[in-house]
Amino acid sequence: MALGATFFLAIQYVAEVGWSAVIKRPLEAMGQSLPVAGIIMIVILAFGGRSLYHWMEEGITDPNAPNYDAILAGKSAFLNPLFFWIRVILYFAIWSYFARFFRSNSLQMDASPNVAAYLKNRRFAAAFLVLFAVTESLMSWDFIMSLESHWYSTLFAWYTFAGFFVTSLAALAFIVTYLQHRGYLKEVSEHHLHDIGKFMFAFSIFWTYLWFCQFMLIWYSNISEEITYFMLRQDHYRGIWLAAFFINFIAPFLILMTRDAKRKKYLLMFMSAVIFIGHWLDFYIMVVPGSMVTASHHATAHAGAGAHGGHELIYGSIGLMEIGTTIGFLGLFAYITQLYLSKSPLVVKHHPMMEESLHHAI
Amino acid sequence: MSAKHKKFVYGIFKDDEVVMNAIPVLKSQGLRVKDVISPFPIHGLDHALGLERTRISITCFLYGMTGCSLALLMMYYMNIFDWPMDIGGKPSYAFYKNLPAFIPVTFESTVLCAAHGMVITFLLRSKLLPGVEPHVIHPRMSDDHFVMAIQITEDSEAANVETKLRAAGAVETIK
Repeated sequence: MALGATFFLAIQYVAEVGWSAVIKRPLEAMGQSLPVAGIIMIVILAFGGRSLYHWMEEGITDPNAPNYDAILAGKSAFLNPLFFWIRVILYFAIWSYFARFFRSNSLQMDASPNVAAYLKNRRFAAAFLVLFAVTESLMSWDFIMSLESHWYSTLFAWYTFAGFFVTSLAALAFIVTYLQHRGYLKEVSEHHLHDIGKFMFAFSIFWTYLWFCQFMLIWYSNISEEITYFMLRQDHYRGIWLAAFFINFIAPFLILMTRDAKRKKYLLMFMSAVIFIGHWLDFYIMVVPGSMVTASHHATAHAGAGAHGGHELIYGSIGLMEIGTTIGFLGLFAYITQLYLSKSPLVVKHHPMMEESLHHAI
Repeated sequence: MSAKHKKFVYGIFKDDEVVMNAIPVLKSQGLRVKDVISPFPIHGLDHALGLERTRISITCFLYGMTGCSLALLMMYYMNIFDWPMDIGGKPSYAFYKNLPAFIPVTFESTVLCAAHGMVITFLLRSKLLPGVEPHVIHPRMSDDHFVMAIQITEDSEAANVETKLRAAGAVETIK
């Protein structure tokens, strides 16, 4: 959500968007949790990387080791621990740096009409978009696709992007409507809400498009190395797998279709919660089945069975553990976002496009 | 559109802001401001005129449903009923099991029917089919001038309406 918000903010600068000037502060505050997220991610990977990623195992690329895996040895130019760690640290360094940079320049616009700060942000935003395109693709392969390290999908980076970007738009809608509910952000009118709603609607459809593209091509070609991904999900996670698709497609499609729906504050708030839950399920489906395969492999290895294959698969399910972890991280995100929201005025005081944004009408 | 049956007085304006300001003024004077023809979209114009929401989106839904069901019916007949196909190496010969393969065609057909249906409906409603003489009120009305249509019931009202239009900023009036 933090990364998606920073990306959205960078687009607003590069495209010199007028209407969004009043919602830039929530976007900036959302991006501030990136450094914390980075530290947590690095801690998790440092202690639990080997339980999550099959390719991190000792001796997996060694032809003489009992657990040698020719496919993973072929991928080891990219999937090796050293390069992986360099990438992970680079991602979070780049993202955190830009999120803080955009905010610090925007704070300068509070004191005086500082167009130089705006232009500086615009230049850096262009650079960020290029870096984002690269880091986001690599990130989705590193963190999620390599959970099932034999499987690959060329569409996966896009698919991940669509998923988390629509989630961050939903979070933005939720934060903006919540602030309005509490009597803040009076500058945001139903026209702004309409625009945020349109983005949510459009990217839900975009996500569905990519979901279907990925699914149909793999389903149609029916190649064993690709189809395993969907077979695992269809056979053992069918409920969640289908629920994610329907919640993320049918619900926004039917409810957010009309013009009036996008303009009602509380309906938008409700839909952002629905989209959040739907995409949480989608990420669950992306992450858990693969990591449980690795986990079952470890469980068998510990039991003494040793090498590849022949182990019992264990499957994930949604219980208190999953829900609690989600609420914990959500709370951390909400806390950091509110902390940074409360530190500065809720709208940029001397934003060059503020006048245009206040009179935004569609 | 229905100029043959109803009587209109047209005011020609040079500026969109003048038109926007004139609408509430003329309405408060009791004139029936029916429509404004503009070379470009003016924000807030629909609201100022009090126009009803367009029904073209309803036709869009109907055409879309037509396209959707036609495509599914066609593929069901071709690939399942008339000549059962082994699709993607999965010889299930069941419609619902082969549905993923039918989605792209269904989508295309839905869009095709919805888009063409909407355009044709719009042209028919506006009487703009090829070969039909278009009803041009003013030669510059889609170029750089704005036309406001005021409906009248009696010919005798026209002179009064024309004076009011000129007072509100019209550069020209046409009966």
